[in-house]
Amino acid sequence: MTTYSYYPGCSLKGTGKAYEESLLAVCGALGVELKELEDWNCCGATAYMAVEELSAFALAGRNLALAEQDPVDLLAPCSACYLVLNKTQRYVAEYPEIRQKVEQALKAAGLTYRGTAKIRHPLDVLVNDIGLKAISGKITKPLRGLRVVPYYGCQIVRPYATFDSQTHPVAMDQLLKATGAEVVKYPLKTRCCGGSQTGTLPEVGLRLAYILLKEAHKRGGDVLATVCPLCQFNLEGYQDKLASEYDDFVPMPVLYFTQLLGLALGLPAKQLGLRRSLVPSEPILARRNLHAA
Amino acid sequence: MRLESENPLTLSNNGSSRIGFYVCHCGTNIAGVVDVQALAEYAAKLPGVVVSREYKYMCSDPGQELIQQDIKGNRLNRIVVASCSPHLHEQTFRTATAKGGLNPFYFHMVNIREHVSWVHEDRTRATQKAKALVRAAIQRVSFHKPLERKRVPIHPDVLILGGGIAGIHAALTMADAGKHVYLVERDPTIGGHMAKFDKTFPTLDCAACILTPKMSMVRAHPNITLWTYSEVTHVEGYVGNFKVKVKRKPRYIHEELCTGCLACVDACVYKDARYPDEFNLGLGKRKPIYIPFAQATPLVVLIDPETCIQFKSGKCKKTCVEACAERRAIDFEQREETKEIEVGTIILSTGFQVFDAKRIPNYGYGIYPNVYTALEIERLINASGPTAGEVVLRDGRKPQTVGIIHCVGSRDENTNRWCSRVCCMYSLKLAHLLKEHTGAEVYNFYIDIRTPGKGFEEFYDRLLKEGVHFIRGRVAEVTDWAMTPDEEGKLVIRAEDTLAGFVRRVPVDLVVLSVGLEGHADAEDVRRTFNITCSTEGFFLERHPKLAPVDTFTDGIFLAGCCQGPKDIPDTVAQAGAAAAQCMALIDRGYMEIEPNTAWIEEELCSGCHVCIAMCPYTAIHFDAQKKVAVLNEALCKGCGTCVAACPSGAAQQNLFRDEQLFAEVEGVLV
Repeated sequence: MTTYSYYPGCSLKGTGKAYEESLLAVCGALGVELKELEDWNCCGATAYMAVEELSAFALAGRNLALAEQDPVDLLAPCSACYLVLNKTQRYVAEYPEIRQKVEQALKAAGLTYRGTAKIRHPLDVLVNDIGLKAISGKITKPLRGLRVVPYYGCQIVRPYATFDSQTHPVAMDQLLKATGAEVVKYPLKTRCCGGSQTGTLPEVGLRLAYILLKEAHKRGGDVLATVCPLCQFNLEGYQDKLASEYDDFVPMPVLYFTQLLGLALGLPAKQLGLRRSLVPSEPILARRNLHAA
Repeated sequence: MRLESENPLTLSNNGSSRIGFYVCHCGTNIAGVVDVQALAEYAAKLPGVVVSREYKYMCSDPGQELIQQDIKGNRLNRIVVASCSPHLHEQTFRTATAKGGLNPFYFHMVNIREHVSWVHEDRTRATQKAKALVRAAIQRVSFHKPLERKRVPIHPDVLILGGGIAGIHAALTMADAGKHVYLVERDPTIGGHMAKFDKTFPTLDCAACILTPKMSMVRAHPNITLWTYSEVTHVEGYVGNFKVKVKRKPRYIHEELCTGCLACVDACVYKDARYPDEFNLGLGKRKPIYIPFAQATPLVVLIDPETCIQFKSGKCKKTCVEACAERRAIDFEQREETKEIEVGTIILSTGFQVFDAKRIPNYGYGIYPNVYTALEIERLINASGPTAGEVVLRDGRKPQTVGIIHCVGSRDENTNRWCSRVCCMYSLKLAHLLKEHTGAEVYNFYIDIRTPGKGFEEFYDRLLKEGVHFIRGRVAEVTDWAMTPDEEGKLVIRAEDTLAGFVRRVPVDLVVLSVGLEGHADAEDVRRTFNITCSTEGFFLERHPKLAPVDTFTDGIFLAGCCQGPKDIPDTVAQAGAAAAQCMALIDRGYMEIEPNTAWIEEELCSGCHVCIAMCPYTAIHFDAQKKVAVLNEALCKGCGTCVAACPSGAAQQNLFRDEQLFAEVEGVLV
C-alpha cells in the first residue's frame, strides 16, 4: 500500500467536498492510503499571497514544516494550495531574507523548516506513481461513449512545470483515455477560467468562463473534467448567469477528474459526491448508458 | 588562506637566480582592479628578483623589448610576467625571452587578469591575491630547467568530415592547391542543408544552381577521395600524424559500377514510391531503391534494407537486378567496410540540425497539419521538391494567408538562448517566395528583425514595399480555437503586438515556424572521437573567438561552418577557406613544433605496474615487455599529468611540473 500525507486545504472541506469524497474513494479503490496532515492551516493562497506575501509564505511554511515530520510525499489536490506550497518552497530556498523570516515565524510556533517535503498533485501521483497500466486493470465500468473535455486550469502547470508541460499538459488526457472515455481535443486546456475575477470583476470573469464552456460544447463535449476546486466552482457555479447573458450558451456539467475515474472504477455515485453538482451530470451519463452504481 | 607574508624574505631560493619581474596593466583590464605599482614594489623585494617593473601593455613591442634589454643589461636568467592567460601570450613572452638570449622555458607566466582582475572587485584583496600568485611564480621559476621543442613531420593528406557547403568548399580549395583530401559524408550524398534550399538570401539566386556545379567538381577532382554514407569511428595520433578509421556503410550497390541510370529504380517491384523520403523531410515518397535527389553526388543509387522486400523476406523477384543486367552493380551481400587512412590535418564541417518544433507544443507542430517548419517550406517551394514547386496545404488547398513565426527555438530561455543568425533573413526570403508563388497575404511575427549583412537591410526594405506584414511580438500560441466566423477552419496566431499594445488574433491557412539552428544531437560523440571541446550550447569550441576562430584546442584539427555556431552561407564559405588555409600552412611548412611540457618515465624507478598505461587518456604510454617498464611517446603526450599523479613509485614525471617546481610554487602561495 502506498501512503501519502494529505493536505486538503479549505476548498476540499467546503465547496470542493465532492473532490475530497471522490479522491478518497478513488484512492481507497486503488490501494492508496491518505493520512490527513494533523493541525493543518490555510495554505496562504489567493488574497493572502497577493496582499501579504510574507504572511502567506509563513502560513504555507507551517504546513510544510508539519508535513516534513513524516517522510512520505505530501498530496495537495487543490491547484491553489499546490502552487502556493511549491512557490513557498522555492522562494524560501532561493531568497535567504525570506527564509530567515519564515524560519523565525515558525520558531515562535516551535517548528523547524528544512524544505524537504515533496509536494505532489493527485494527477501526478495517479499517472506516475500508480500508473496508467495498473489503473486500466481496475476499470470495471469504462466510460465508453462519454466525450470528456480535459481542462487543467492555470496553476497546476504554471509557472512550475513540475510533472507536465507548461503549455500543453497531457497527464489528464492519458488518465481519461484509460477510463475508456473519448477525450476531446481542447486547445484551451490551460486558459484562465476566470478564477477570482468573477468575484471582483464579474464582466471579465464571466466572459472567460463562457469562452471555455462554449468551446467545450462546440467541440462536442459532454462534460468538462477539472483538477482544481476553484476552476470547478467558477465554471459550474455561474452557468445560470451565463445562460441569461449569452443566447448561445449551453449548460455543461463540470466534474472532477477523480469523479470520472471513480465512475469508471465502478464506485457508487454517493461516494463520488456526484449529487453535489449544481449542473447535474446524471442526464448525460444516462444518455450514454453510464448509470452510476 | 593567509595571503600576506609577515616576512617574505624568508622564502626559499636556490641562490643563483637573477629574476626579472614584469606586471602588465592591460590598459585598465588589470590596473583597474589590481594595484600594479604596489605589486611591482612587492615583487622587487622577493629573493632573487633583480628587476621589477610595471608596464601598460607588456605584449606590445616596447613591452617585449623591455624584457630583452633587461636580460642583457642585468644578466637576468629567469623571467616572470604577470598579465593575462597563458593561452593568449605565453608564446609571445617565451619568444621575447628567447630573443634576449635565454632558453624560453626559463620564463613563467602568472594570470592576474582572468584569475584576478576580471573576477574580483575589491582592490585591496585582489592585489593581495595577485601578490600571492606572483610570489608562487617567482619561487617556482628558479627551479625551471632549459627545455627543447621537438619537431614532428606533417602528413600532407587531409580529412574533411561533413560534405555540406563548408566541407565542399574547403575540399576544393585544398585539392586545387594539390593536396589530397578525403571528404567523408554521413549521408548518401554531399550537399548538406544547402542542397535542400530553394533560393538563397538576399540575392535570391537558386541554391542548386550555385551548389551542384561544386558538388560535381568534388566528384571529378583527382585529388579528392569522396566517401559518402560513411562515418569516422576512430581517430588516434596527433597533429601531422593522425590515424583514422572510416566506416563505409553498405549501399548494396557497387559505387564504381553504378552509372546512375536509375533503371533499377524504375524496375523496382513497388510501382509507386511509398516510403517517406528523407531528403524531402518526409513530404515526398521514395522507393526502397532510390537516389536522394536528382543531383545527388555521387549519383549512385542505394537500397534501404528496412523497406526492401529482398531484405525483409528474401522472396523478391529482384526486378532491379534484372534491370541492371550486365552492369551487375547491385549486391545484396555487400557488407560494411572499414578504411584506415593517415592524414596530417583534419577539418570538421559537420553542420547543424534544426530545432525540433515539437518542443514548443503551443505552436502546434505535429498537432495541426498545416503548421510547417521553414525547411519543409523550402522543399515545397522548390521546383524539384515533392510538389514540383507548388505551395499547397496538406489537404491540397492553396494558402491565402500565411503566418511566419520567427525565433522558434532561438532567443528563448525555455529552449535555446542564442540567436540563430540566419532565421530573420530566411524568413524574409520565404515571405517573398510564398507571396510570389501563391499571392497570399504574409504576416511575420518577430521579436527584432536582425539583418546585419551585405544587402540584407535592403532586402528587408524591399519586403516592406512588397506589402509583407510585420507584427512585433513573440507568438503565444497557434490554435484552431475560432472565436469569430472568419476564424473558422483557420489556424489562429495569437500574439501581443508590442508596437500597437494589444493582443492580436490573426487567422491564417499556413503557419511557418522559423526554427533555429543547434548542434547535432551526436555532437558529443564527434567531440569525443576527435578529442576537441564543445560549448554548452553543443557547438564545437574554437580556440579563440576572435583570433583563432577556426582552430580547436587540439593541434591540427580545424572547424568550418555551422558545427562551430550558426552562420549563413557567405560566412560558412569564408570560414571553410580559412580552415583550408590553416591546414595548408601546416602542410607546406612540413613540420610542427610540440610543446615540451610532456611527461617521461624514469626507467630505474618504474616497477612495471601498468597503472599509468590504463590511466593515460591519449594512449601515449605502452609497456616494454623486455625491460618490463612503461614507455612514453612524447609526441602523443599532451602533458595532462594524469600518469604523474597516478604513478605509485614516482617514476612518471613531467617537464614544467617537476616536484621541486610545484613544491616551490605551493610554498609561495601559502607563505
